[in-house]
Amino acid sequence: MIHSLFLINHLGDIFLEKHWKSVISRSVCDYFFEAREKAVDPENVPPVLQTPHHYLISIYRGKLFFLSVIQTEVPPLFVIEFLHRVADTFQDYFGGCSESVISDNVVIVYELLEEMLDNGFPLATESNVLKEMIRPPNILRSVVNTLTGGSNVGETLPQGQLSNIPWRRAGVKYTNNEAYFDVTEEIDAIVDKSGTTVSAEIQGVIEACVKLSGMPDLTMSFMNPRLLDDVSFHPCVRFRRWESERILSFIPPDGNFTLMTYHISSQNLVAIPVYVKQSISFFEAGSCGRLDITIGPKQTMGKTVEDLKVTVHMPKAVLNANLTASQGNYTYDFTTKLLVWDIGKLNPQKLPNLRGSLSMQTGVPNPEENPSLNIDLKIQQLAISGLKVSRLDMYGETYKPFKGVKYVTKAGKFQVRT
Amino acid sequence: CDFSGNLQTAAMHMHISHTHTINLVAGSVVMAFEEVCPDRIDLIHKNYRKLCNLLVDVEEWGQVVIISMLTRYARTQFTSPWTEGAEFDENKAFYDSDSEEKKDQTEAKPYIMDPDHRLLLRNTKPLLQSRNTAVVMAVAQLYWHLAPKHEVSIVTKSLVRLLRSHREVQYIVLQNIATMSIQRKGMFEPFIKSFYVRSTDATHIKTLKLEILTNLANEANISTILREFQTYVKSQDKAFAAATIQAIGRCATNISEVTDTCLNGLVLLLSNRDETVVAESIVVIKKLLQTQPTQHGDIIKHMAKLFDSVTVPMARASILWLMGEYCEKVPKIAPDVLRKMAKTFTAEEDIVKLQTVNLAAKLYLTNSKQTKLLTQYILNLGKYDQNYDIRDRTRFIRQLIVPNEKSGALSKYARRILLAPKPAPVLESAFKDRDRYQLGTLSHSLNLKATGYQELPDWPAVAPDQSVRNVEIVEPSEEESSEDSEKTSSDSGKSSSGSEKSSSESESDQKKKKKTKKAPQKKSKPAGDRYTEIPAVCHSLKHCLIPQNDSKNPTFRTSGISLFYVSFQVTTSSFGPLKTYELLHHMTGKGLSAKYHFPRQPCLYQPSMVAVQVILNNSSDHALEEIHIGDRSPASLNIHCFNTIERLEPGASVTVSMGIDFSDSTQAANFQLCTKEDQFSVSIQPAVGELLMVSTMTEQDFCKEQGKLQGMNETSATITMATANASRQAINKQVLSVANVGEVPSSQNNFSRLIMKIVLKSTKVLLLAIQM
Repeated sequence: MIHSLFLINHLGDIFLEKHWKSVISRSVCDYFFEAREKAVDPENVPPVLQTPHHYLISIYRGKLFFLSVIQTEVPPLFVIEFLHRVADTFQDYFGGCSESVISDNVVIVYELLEEMLDNGFPLATESNVLKEMIRPPNILRSVVNTLTGGSNVGETLPQGQLSNIPWRRAGVKYTNNEAYFDVTEEIDAIVDKSGTTVSAEIQGVIEACVKLSGMPDLTMSFMNPRLLDDVSFHPCVRFRRWESERILSFIPPDGNFTLMTYHISSQNLVAIPVYVKQSISFFEAGSCGRLDITIGPKQTMGKTVEDLKVTVHMPKAVLNANLTASQGNYTYDFTTKLLVWDIGKLNPQKLPNLRGSLSMQTGVPNPEENPSLNIDLKIQQLAISGLKVSRLDMYGETYKPFKGVKYVTKAGKFQVRT
Repeated sequence: CDFSGNLQTAAMHMHISHTHTINLVAGSVVMAFEEVCPDRIDLIHKNYRKLCNLLVDVEEWGQVVIISMLTRYARTQFTSPWTEGAEFDENKAFYDSDSEEKKDQTEAKPYIMDPDHRLLLRNTKPLLQSRNTAVVMAVAQLYWHLAPKHEVSIVTKSLVRLLRSHREVQYIVLQNIATMSIQRKGMFEPFIKSFYVRSTDATHIKTLKLEILTNLANEANISTILREFQTYVKSQDKAFAAATIQAIGRCATNISEVTDTCLNGLVLLLSNRDETVVAESIVVIKKLLQTQPTQHGDIIKHMAKLFDSVTVPMARASILWLMGEYCEKVPKIAPDVLRKMAKTFTAEEDIVKLQTVNLAAKLYLTNSKQTKLLTQYILNLGKYDQNYDIRDRTRFIRQLIVPNEKSGALSKYARRILLAPKPAPVLESAFKDRDRYQLGTLSHSLNLKATGYQELPDWPAVAPDQSVRNVEIVEPSEEESSEDSEKTSSDSGKSSSGSEKSSSESESDQKKKKKTKKAPQKKSKPAGDRYTEIPAVCHSLKHCLIPQNDSKNPTFRTSGISLFYVSFQVTTSSFGPLKTYELLHHMTGKGLSAKYHFPRQPCLYQPSMVAVQVILNNSSDHALEEIHIGDRSPASLNIHCFNTIERLEPGASVTVSMGIDFSDSTQAANFQLCTKEDQFSVSIQPAVGELLMVSTMTEQDFCKEQGKLQGMNETSATITMATANASRQAINKQVLSVANVGEVPSSQNNFSRLIMKIVLKSTKVLLLAIQM
């Protein structure tokens, strides 16, 4: 299925290539570079391209292109999903997925790619299985390897891969047994000029960090599972139990993993935590503009809004911004035309305000559309949908684990049109 | 691929489906099948049900491949669930139940879905919840191509969920939704807000969302959509703004109520500062005017005024065409435009030149007095143009319109040819013809046939023989007690995958190295004694040797004689005497209490029964009368009851023995214990070890039997024990405490040979403990 993989940096250099079947010449990437050239922005490169003899499917992650070469019909999502899984694995192993990190660990990268794909078909993509075969790098191990000439490849085959729970390592032992769950919700919203919500949805995810010995069997139940009408699970979750009892029952993988994601669609009522009052105007005469933004709390359920940040992508004609912020500070980068106002904590008594003038390029017609504002925020200890974990039980092991659940609400793609 | 490859895969396919590791390799096998011999549908028949049932347990990449194979298979084997007329009927599809009744009434022969078809749909549905986007998409396309129309909307929500995923995933999913939304608006209409464009989206995502919004537009939501479009038109991304104008044009033609509103809006856009927007508006207005040309003289005049400022060739050409087509509505302006064009003709783009020639010809026919000279001038310019298309056209027009002695019969009809009423262009979606490709494929994404693409077969008119999918039933399989595995493959008695699943699960539960292997034995044996419960014995043995509070105790079935090694190293363990279990507590039994144990003697009543001794005790202050056994469940349960006890004095106790036929399963025997006044429901849950019988054998026989066995019939496990308990006697004692085994006299001290027999089937189980 997947023939070859090329890693390409943002400058268009191929810095790593891997072939699973026969070697395909680098020149196949020229078609990609052509499309890349045409798209101007790397985000705009079409993910699926056609060349006379091959098909190219690419993803763009962390300023890198993962470009795979395909020769025959295959579901494109299959390849895209796999490429993202590769990027996730790099992230997991090296704590980052940039060119320098990959170049530093090039041996492990090749080992991983070799294990993850077998003759073009995905083989071991579970992080727990991979970690048993190829140990993640750390300083001590790399010193030892350099001295002894050893490698990171484990001697034994992972037990897990052949079992029915390939996601869990065998023989896990911890002195402190603990299980933490982070419920994170992101609000995606579009608010129009007058402050009415055009669309709003919530994307929730439960991330887990489970460090439990042995083979624990966990069940998690919610106070209000009715909220969750569209969910996707890690393969460890027993779907039948969820369908019949609305309980998450699972043998967790070891370490960090995403237990489930859920989606509360725009058909439901979604609380919007802040409101924005803004006026941005550009004057025909004098080539200047005015900007005035105020943010206030709307539906915060009594919690404080933190890490508030407003990002505005200004039109090309704006040369500089001369503003005063009543709270926090702002920066304007005139090369990227990005105005960032970092507010911090929202004080409901004294609402933060940013106002001042914008200087425009002379002789250029005024932009007809005002730029939209992107809002970032964070609310601790609150899941805005109202979801709550009621209890977590463990079966199958005798020790008492330490359990913890944390809630955070963030702004996802929160956009205010002006 | 060659013939030998075919055979090989076929052989592999058939073989692997009988071993227990199927869900680990199923994906790879199907992958190989797809590469080597995708058209050998006949190889799938026997494995179809098994694959359907296993699907949930297969690893995610395998699921994608299997689903796409099964989609093709189903299209060749089942009849179409799409009844006539229902195909494009939105309401019927969306407001399901009552309209369905109507559907049935109108039809002469009601459609009945093949149970195997239903099985596939049912078993793929849970996979919509997969975290793997490729799996979700695969299921969505399966439903799209196989499910009855009213069931397809099940996939909507999951597809919309995928839109939150990575940019590339969005791109593919939106493409597929675009194709789906043309045929089935109702599916996505409730989620219309999820397709609203954000300024941060990549351009190709924006265009796809726009496409979908346009497809979804109808009388009810058009006002909201148009308001959205108004915002998009002002976007800084001009390519996107232009695409929005096209979309507005499409909405205007599709929904006649808003045509005028749209047209007015577009005319306003003509005064936009950006040229791409203006040009696009002109092109769209041209198309709109063509659909309803009445009383739009004003707009045409307005556009003629714009002609000087517009430089985009396509837009200029559009204006010229409009002038020519409706020259009678603007009799004063058109010749003036032609005059201007004559001045700049040589500097124009080809497409504009062609339209100029057209305009000249049309004006010559309608208003030859004013434009005769101008037309001839333009035709002369065209005659010496560099582009041969233009030279060609000029020649043709000249012959057609300018009367001379050589002109043929055609020039008589020149007016009718040039000024014929022209059909309005149909503005349709770019995704209109994509439905010829299977959804979710590379071909669909590229809109061209990729190498190796296999056409999705059309439904057969008459379903082929259904019985080909039947697998001969060896033994009706019983309900598995394994905890979360679904009831699997009841048709494939040979190695029920449900038990396999739990076997490997419990294996890892125990975090022990243990190999469980089984296979049908080669030696032919009577069918009756093929199934034994060896792994379960092994399992429960480990339970006792390593204290662990694992509540699971699954039942297993396997075939043939089995043998397992237990090697001991170090440990802790406790050993108790014959265990007594509580049957009825004196509090619940109103004074009557009952306990039972397994005496491990051959049952006197019937050889298939297990002997149970029950100790009844009266702890109340009055005598109990007529103690006997009442109703039992399941009703077929075979119990040899004890004789009714007429009277039990306070404080007295009595021991009675009974026989129960557990039919070699660990299912509890439920029955009622009755006194004269009361009835108490009780149940006896046998431990696996109690279902066995002691057998005797000499060391030689043991070794001989062991030699006959093959590796596949063997289960081995390593157990660590304290050295103090590791003597042969201690081990034997411990094994004895959980299972009814007999010791084989042994000459070596570090070997323990034990033997047991399954009660009903009298299959021997050899147990060998080696001290290491």
